[in-house]
Parts: sequence; structure tokens; C-alpha cells
Amino acid sequence: MAPLDGTMIHDITGPLAIQKFYEMGGKKVYDPERIILLFDHQIPADSIEAATNQVYMRKFAEEQDIHNYDINEGVCHQVTIEKGRAAPGDIVVGADSHTCMYGATGAFATGIGSTDMGFALKFGALYFKVPETIRAEVSGKFQKRVGAKDLILSIAADIGADGATYKAIQFTGKTISKMDMAGRMTLCNMAIEMGAKAGIVAPDKVTWEYMKGRRKMKSFDLDSDPDANYAEKRSYNVSDLEPTVAIPHNVDTGVPVGKVAGTHVDQVFIGSCTNGRFEDLEEAAEVLGKKKFNPKIRVIIIPASRDEYLKTLRAGLIEKFVKAGALVEAPCCGPCMGGAFGLIAPGEVSLSTSNRNFKGRQGSTEGKVYLCSPATAAASAITGEITDPREV
Amino acid sequence: MASKKTVQVKKVILEKSPVLANGRTWKFGDDIDTDAIIPGRFLTLNNPDELAKHAFEGTRDEFAKNVKEGDVIVGGRNFGCGSSREHAPLALIGAGVKVVIARSFARIFFRNSVNVGVLPVVCPDADKIPDGEKIVLKIKEGYLEADGKKFAIEPVPEFMQGIIDAGGLVEYAKNIKEIPTCTR
Repeated sequence: MAPLDGTMIHDITGPLAIQKFYEMGGKKVYDPERIILLFDHQIPADSIEAATNQVYMRKFAEEQDIHNYDINEGVCHQVTIEKGRAAPGDIVVGADSHTCMYGATGAFATGIGSTDMGFALKFGALYFKVPETIRAEVSGKFQKRVGAKDLILSIAADIGADGATYKAIQFTGKTISKMDMAGRMTLCNMAIEMGAKAGIVAPDKVTWEYMKGRRKMKSFDLDSDPDANYAEKRSYNVSDLEPTVAIPHNVDTGVPVGKVAGTHVDQVFIGSCTNGRFEDLEEAAEVLGKKKFNPKIRVIIIPASRDEYLKTLRAGLIEKFVKAGALVEAPCCGPCMGGAFGLIAPGEVSLSTSNRNFKGRQGSTEGKVYLCSPATAAASAITGEITDPREV
Repeated sequence: MASKKTVQVKKVILEKSPVLANGRTWKFGDDIDTDAIIPGRFLTLNNPDELAKHAFEGTRDEFAKNVKEGDVIVGGRNFGCGSSREHAPLALIGAGVKVVIARSFARIFFRNSVNVGVLPVVCPDADKIPDGEKIVLKIKEGYLEADGKKFAIEPVPEFMQGIIDAGGLVEYAKNIKEIPTCTR
């Protein structure tokens, strides 16, 4: 059993986790200071059932003295990292599969189900099999309008949807050293799409700079041993990497944008834990320039958190997006939840900066979801069809 | 976990295994994700019976209508990938499915299944098991029979067997007083 430094539950998987905690005979959680609770999937409550689940969780937070960010802060993974709840060397679990995103800070973080979470809340520990590691060494310089999302979609296509099952993926190399935290979060976020237990980037100057003001701790060295054993080593050079799009209905289907350019889209979603940070929205705004979004399609933009929303607001980008014809929503999971709002009808096509394009993920199982970067999404939102952002 | 009670429970599960899977097979392909098992819009539901009404909705609509107690799901590679929603194995429990056979499983679904009492069975030849067929599951003997043929199945990892023996993680947890944790 491994001791836990952090634990996160949200509105979808939280109610069951709490129920399991009680069923296990739980009375007091292991450490209220190490647990956070928030709502992001269905907010503000979109149904009486959702509202009732949220009331149940609020009561639990009050009873247990757990910090409740409620509906106010944004998407769970972004908030957990922003609030310093995941840091280098931590072991963190979240009742959500994309918890692996916290590996961007140098934490070991993995997604678990509700019963595991009930156990974690009670005991502050969980059973794990130590994963083997795939080393993904990344070199080269990205072309303009190509970035972390294109890289991870191409890595997913290379490794496959189950190519990293039960393993950790360590992202390393010169390209990663130069990458900002936003990009590292995008990479680690999608480790699960290859079946991985965790994605991780060894903490460096960029990490420690980001941790300032979020967690009081002294920096320390946490890189792999020079003679570390790896299950596999893979190398990637991004210099020739093109904007990449994953086609329906699997994530490991990434192709250069040219192969699907011209595909009509009905809805474009820029946001989510994968790509809803200020850097992502800034890139989208740069691509947009002084143009307007195509009025025949729906463009939904959702910053990942309150902090990211404020940064975007202060930079004048929210006004720019709204004037260009987009709907800018308050921080939440949005269409990626596939249940709250922004669903697609049978036959419709969504182009999305989120992490999953499974059949029915954003509504009808007869609809299609393509995944791409914020730059490609913005370019396509202007033209109304999948478009190479280098050509806008 | 070596109490007499535990050993008895284990025996029951092993001996009952043919009964757990005495219905028909429902065949699915590779990469069946948990959104397909239970779509996002039903995740406000926490009750297995309610969830079962929407199992595989939009993916295989006849499933929820016709599934019977003891039926078995047969998947290909990477069964249960995607979201960590435990609603997926719960929907199967509500539908009366207690065994899922697949060539391989996604990690979180595998754990969730063991934790809530759905038995995930790894069968490298799962692709050869037909749809709508009766199977005979011989867990202790390490094989299953379908279509007149025998197919090898893999044992559950040892450290998870204790949870299965206890009848799920909730029951397992009830017996724990203290947790021995590893140190850094």
C-alpha cells in the first residue's frame, strides 16, 4: 500500500465514493487537509439529479471539514494543480481518469474508481502495482502553430490506445525542457489515452518556478537514475511534426491535418483539462486575428479554471472571442462531459481540443468527434471545415 | 486475510463460477470504452438497476432490453478503456452480468470491476468466442468452453485475489484495522 499525499473527488464520481466510504465503515476521512472536492462536470447543476448529488457532496465536505471548491473554480485537474495540491514527489489519486495530468508537476498521479476512492478517503493509502516506464524522448523545435497537443496525438497514434497499459510514460528530452507547464499538462493529461497509469515529467526549473506561491517546498532533484530500467524507449523529433488530428472514433488515430482538411464541422469546442489554459486560448486568439468565426457553426470556448478565465479576460481575449461570434462559458468540462450541454445531434461533427473522441462522447453515437490543437480548432472555426492553422 | 471465512468465500466464488456465467454471450469488439458501456448523460444515476436500463445505449440497444441474469460480456482488446466511471461495472451488475471476458482490459475498469464484484477474465482467444453462445467457465481449472472448444484463461493477479475472495473492496476494507504502508 502506498500513502497518499492528495485526493480529489468531483460531482460525477464523488457521490459513489462517499457512499463506499460509509459502506466501508468510514467515519472520519484520513486527513481533511489532503482531500479536495469540487464540481465541474455538470455545473451549474443541469438537472435535479445533479443538484441532489451536489448537495450530498457539500454536506460531506462540511461534515468532514474538507475543502470544497464547489462550482467556483473550474475543471478538477486544472484546479488541483493550480492550488498546489499536486507537487513534485507527491502521490495523488483522483476519481477521474485524467488525474494523470498532475504528472506535469513531477507527481505520481493516477485516476481511480469510486470504490478505490472510498478506500483512499478512509485509509489515506491504496494498493498499487509499481508501473514499468516507457521513456518518450522528444527533440526538435516545433513549427509555428504546432505544439504539445499535436505531439501527444502523434505519440498516441504511435503507441496505440492500449500500448502503455499499466505503464507510466515519462516525457523527457530537450523539447520537453523548453516546454511550458501548460504544454506539459496537455501531454500528461492524455497518457491515459494510451492506457497508461501515469504520465510524468521530471521536475526542473520550469516546474519549480510554477510551484512558487502554490506549495511551500524547497526544490530537490527528482530525475530518473542514469541507469534506470525502461520497459521501452521511444524517440520523437517534432521539427517536421504537422498539426495533427485524431479522427473518429478512437484517440490513437492521429493523422496530419492535411488528410482531413475540408471536413465540414458543425461545432468547435476549445477548452477542457487538456487544452483550456490561457496559453491555449492565446494561441487560438492569435490564429483568429481580426477574423470572425464562421456564423454557420457553433464555437464554444471554455477556460479550464477561474484563474485561466481571468488571465484570458484581462488580456482582452474574451471580448475578442465573443465579438468574433463564440460562446464563452464559465469554467467547466463543457461538451467533453457528453451530458451537461453542447451535445451534438446524429450526423453532426464536432472538432474539439479535448481528449476523447469515442462514439457518443459528446452526444449522439451517430455523431463524430475529431480531436485537435487549439490552433487547428481556431482555424477551422473560421472556415467551418477542418483547416491547417498554418494556412490561415 | 487468511481467516476461515475468507477461504470459504473464495471456494464459493470458484465453485459458483459456472453459475455466474450460465447465460448467453454478448460479443463486443476492441476498445469498448466506458462511455459506450454507460453514456455520460446517465452518470447522475448511482443505482445499478437504473444504470442497467441504459447500458450500451446507442452502441447496442438490444442489450439492455434482452440481457438476463448470468449473461456474459465478451470483449476484444482494451475493454473498458477511457473514463474511470465506476457506473460502468455497476450498470453491468444491474443487468445481471457478473463476468466479463476479454483479450485484455483497461487498467481502471479492471480494478473497478474487481472492487465492485464483476469478475474480469482475461482470455487471449476471446475473439473466437461467438455471440449468443452459452459458455462454461472453469476458473479454477484455468479455461472456458465455448462452441465446443476449450480456451485458456489467465489467473487474476495474486494481490487482487484477496479482494475477490472477500467479495469486493468494501468487504475487504471492513476487515482492515490498520494499513501497512510502504515508505519512501
